[in-house]
Amino acid sequence: MSGILLVAEQRRGELKAPSLELISAAQPLRRSGDEVSIAVLGSAPAQHVAALSLAGVDEIITVKTAAAEFDPDTFEAALGALIAQRQPDVVLVPHSIDSFGYAAALAVKLRLGFATDVFDIRRIDGDLVATRGGYGQKVSVEVDFPGRSTVLLALRANSFKAPERSGAPRVTEFEAPSIAARSQPRGFVELPASDDVDMTAAEFILTIGRGIGEEANVAQFRELADAIGATLGCSRPIADAGWLPKSRQVGQSGKTASGCKLYIAMGVSGAIQHLAGMKHVSTIVAVNSDAGASIFGVAKYGIVGDVFEVAAELRRQFEGDAA
Amino acid sequence: MKILVAVKQVAAVDEDFEFREDGRDVDPDFLIRDLNEWDDFSLEEAVKIKEASAEPVEVVAVSVGPAEADEILRKCLAKGADRAVRIWDDAIEGSDPIAVARVLAAAAGREAPGLLFAGVQSSDQSFASTGIAIAAFLDWPHAAVVSRLTFTPGAATAVFCRELEGGLLQEVEIQCPAVLTIQLGINTPRYASLRSIKQAAAKPIEVLSTADLGLAAGDVGEAGSASRIRRMFVPDRGHAELIEGGAAAQAARLAAIIREFKGGSV
Repeated sequence: MSGILLVAEQRRGELKAPSLELISAAQPLRRSGDEVSIAVLGSAPAQHVAALSLAGVDEIITVKTAAAEFDPDTFEAALGALIAQRQPDVVLVPHSIDSFGYAAALAVKLRLGFATDVFDIRRIDGDLVATRGGYGQKVSVEVDFPGRSTVLLALRANSFKAPERSGAPRVTEFEAPSIAARSQPRGFVELPASDDVDMTAAEFILTIGRGIGEEANVAQFRELADAIGATLGCSRPIADAGWLPKSRQVGQSGKTASGCKLYIAMGVSGAIQHLAGMKHVSTIVAVNSDAGASIFGVAKYGIVGDVFEVAAELRRQFEGDAA
Repeated sequence: MKILVAVKQVAAVDEDFEFREDGRDVDPDFLIRDLNEWDDFSLEEAVKIKEASAEPVEVVAVSVGPAEADEILRKCLAKGADRAVRIWDDAIEGSDPIAVARVLAAAAGREAPGLLFAGVQSSDQSFASTGIAIAAFLDWPHAAVVSRLTFTPGAATAVFCRELEGGLLQEVEIQCPAVLTIQLGINTPRYASLRSIKQAAAKPIEVLSTADLGLAAGDVGEAGSASRIRRMFVPDRGHAELIEGGAAAQAARLAAIIREFKGGSV
């Protein structure tokens, strides 16, 4: 068992950013003679060779599949054959919507050591040790994989930095086994824009979460956002309940606050999926009654207190200002 | 036709908590237990299919857990599950999601449902793995993060949307029986009425052991797992600079931060 196999992800011809983070995560795991290979699957995988030619990659494996887009049966068959042929000791994949659909199945079928949502990996006395979160990220959990010769780890996005320098890896083609997939993708559906807000462009966002309690309370935060000149956003539970349109949801399955410079989170606990959409913002202010809320782990400033009282006092501060 | 819904009793830690003596888990005295949030949605989805169906549909909730997990199974019965099955024996202690999935797959083999639902992930350990691992043990078609579902009991296929990153959906048709992991927001879970809670309290919960399911000791616990917990610890993470004082003072400082930003200096 030697070598490190990475699995890149692409959708609609675009390589997904977390794919590149795997390359950096792999480097400290190399033992002498270990190569780092990155596989990319799709109907035209060669189109990603240039983007994957980065420092730290020894080999790019293009795996041509019948399906253009992700399909679990296709991924499991192709990666199963590749792992059987290469016998790597570590396989790294992004912890993503796609890997949710195949990684655990691959681990079962090939009897791999397995952990997901991993944000740190090291070797301790030769053993691979992965760190992930537990109890809603209140604790960190170190896991190891006794007796497993190959370990599959799904890595949390933004835990490792993508390499910047380019490289000159060799390119190998791998033939995916032909299979009869039991599910058929029928196409993508874009959610219709339910209002004209563009969360990705907003520079100043006030986001509300579960802590605002009930729908009737949304109005006062809308007024507050207007008064302070912020774009009103929300976390998942608010959009799921229909209190605000989905287009205002910040997070993994919503929008990324890419243009934001000041982000005020009120009553947002800070689930990993929400943090994925905002933790890069330089100035984050969190207001939450729970001092242990994970949002305080990424915020620059924290206010532990009642969101309604703080919101009312803040409204008062801006009373004289023109909206 | 039967829909099997895999549910988990999750645990949240108290504000102040301590670790177990061996350092590999939180002391159970400091854990607050509840039905996994995702599972509330997958149960509701099964009950909705049952209610809309012309042919009879049985909804069976199944959980791997000790006696205290009966509490969440009663919740499922109160919200519309027809039957509840709990699987436990001491050998299961220390199982990771792969070992738990092996147990649930054995239970599914016994129940032979037309669809099996699991939550996308659990709110406590967030592996996002159990449902898809069940499918692998059964060798059934599977899909993760289903946010819309169209299924007529008796049909050979189901059509659903996977919720992808950034608000994009992908429509997929899948052969049944299949395992689907259900995303938050797919429906609006109902509240149980007082009457149904009372009725659920009187319903039996079937309790099975690993031996009842034909599993060997090595199939579960650490031996049957794909990972082993070495230790748990409180992460030394960055922490926000706390703005102290009463609400008025805190809001004044926040207002200053906002005005600074508007002045272009943040």
